[in-house]
Amino acid sequence: MMLDMEMNKIHIENLNVFAGRQQILKDININIPKNKITVILGPSGCGKTTLLKCMNRLTDLYPELKVTGKVLINDKNVLDPHADIVTLRQYMGLLMQRPYPLPMTIYNNIAYGLKLRGVKSRRDLHKQVMHYLQLANLWDEVRHRLREPASRLSIGQQQRLCLARGLAVNPEIILADEPTSALDPISSQYIETKFTELKNDYTIVLVTHVLRQARRIADYVVFMYLGEVIEQGTVEEVFGNPKMEKTKQYLGGTFN
Amino acid sequence: MKRSKKIEESFFKVLMVIATYSILAVLALIMYSIFAKGIKAMSWEVLTTVPSGGYYYGKGGGILNAILGSLSLAFGATLLAFLIGLPVALYINVFLVRYKNAVRMIRFILDLVWGIPSIVYGAFGFSMMILLGIQTSLLAGTITVTLFILPIMIRSMDEILRTVPIGLSEAAYSLGSNKSELAFKIFTRQTISGIITAILLSFGRGIGDAASVLFTAGYTDNLPNSLMEPVATLPLSIFFQLSSPVPAVQDRAYASALVLTLIILLVSLFSRGLGKRYHKTKINF
Ligand SMILES: Nc1ncnc2c1ncn2[C@@H]1O[C@H](COP(=O)(O)OP(=O)(O)OP(=O)(O)O)[C@@H](O)[C@H]1O
Ligand SMILES: [Mg+2]
Repeated sequence: MMLDMEMNKIHIENLNVFAGRQQILKDININIPKNKITVILGPSGCGKTTLLKCMNRLTDLYPELKVTGKVLINDKNVLDPHADIVTLRQYMGLLMQRPYPLPMTIYNNIAYGLKLRGVKSRRDLHKQVMHYLQLANLWDEVRHRLREPASRLSIGQQQRLCLARGLAVNPEIILADEPTSALDPISSQYIETKFTELKNDYTIVLVTHVLRQARRIADYVVFMYLGEVIEQGTVEEVFGNPKMEKTKQYLGGTFN
Repeated sequence: MKRSKKIEESFFKVLMVIATYSILAVLALIMYSIFAKGIKAMSWEVLTTVPSGGYYYGKGGGILNAILGSLSLAFGATLLAFLIGLPVALYINVFLVRYKNAVRMIRFILDLVWGIPSIVYGAFGFSMMILLGIQTSLLAGTITVTLFILPIMIRSMDEILRTVPIGLSEAAYSLGSNKSELAFKIFTRQTISGIITAILLSFGRGIGDAASVLFTAGYTDNLPNSLMEPVATLPLSIFFQLSSPVPAVQDRAYASALVLTLIILLVSLFSRGLGKRYHKTKINF
């Protein structure tokens, strides 16, 4: 598979993240291809979540973190302090490691992002809420309880609600941090299949610990270890013929 | 060794039991004396009429002036303190969170002013009134009580806003919210029952305080017709009635105390109920 520069959606250049003296991310350079699924692999604590948070600058919320380098999306540097970060964040739908439903009804959890995007009429809202809930395979379970607080849903349902909510801002990129870790095999399978469909319209960056899942759905793979990118390449390259010793160990399960 | 441990344990257990029950006994005694004496003097007249001439020497009338006065003063002050306090608490928790030292400083200062005795607020209010040429009045009393309960209002809302998990802020930001949307749409909703508890707490403190209204609200046997007229309050009405040499009037002081206690009891029961509901709908992981 050829990965042409023109086809890249996100360019990460010399990204460093420090927390005090500790360096969490070390000189990261990644090109994330458009309309593909890029999977980020690596042992716990290697900086995967931090990398995702840099992409939509949620690192702003942690004053102890110092971020340098560039994250270019549509040729705009997200990390530029003058960037219109509110708009840039709407290019990206985020699915976090744990679901955080907004403190409102199931319906309004979806409508919130739609309204921020400028959808006004009640009919459009209604139609789109339904559409995105269907997309996340949640509609049948919640169609009769749309006015209930979202916090009453089970964790797996909340996870799918967050997927629907993230898609509803109509992003170009989906950032997903272990989105299937709280799900049963069936929902998890569903999300996986959904992602492979969604990549026609979106660029997907997915963090996962499940190697089999990575192998099934990844187009591009980034392997990280202790804050560094050890190896990156197409799924065939990284899984089929890993160059680095660390990658071989990790994929072979003999990692320590 | 084992034996001495056992003795030690039972000693402290007895100590805790004694301490707990003596506190409960004192509380029960206070409640009993207020109820016993208060109910004796309680009547429809006490609740629904204002003092007639010679009330403080045992003639007829009631404490309606003080009940309505206290309620309107406390409502006004609570409303003002809420309108000022909510934006401040949100500002601290949404806009200033990045600046940890500034936030720590602000909290420290608010805790200090929380600790200032209300008589100092009363004295401050009084000196302001002299400066501005305002008489003792509902307005001056309301403003002074507002200042007095403001730190309580801000800090208790602040404490509840602090519990909002950072993941929720991340979720809201990632959907394209700006800071004010995060503050007014997400933070307030997430903590709504805690905010109401803060309001009720401040109301309770405001309505029960005598020292802050002593020089500022004044006292009158009538109902005020405007913000610029003096107003009676329950704490001061208790004080004046207890100062009377006539036993019947002193008993009516207890009736007033009973009314005040019931108002505060009602408010705290209400906030307790809300607290329970809050925990029920809280997200558990
Ligand atoms: N705000 C912070 N301050 C200090 N250290 C942090 C902060 N955020 C993350 N870290 C540290 O950075 C490292 C990477 O954390 P991160 O959450 O990105 O790991 P991860 O790869 O997502 O792990 P997991 O697979 O367990 O989710 C960890 O050692 C973590 O303790
Ligand atoms: Mg993580």
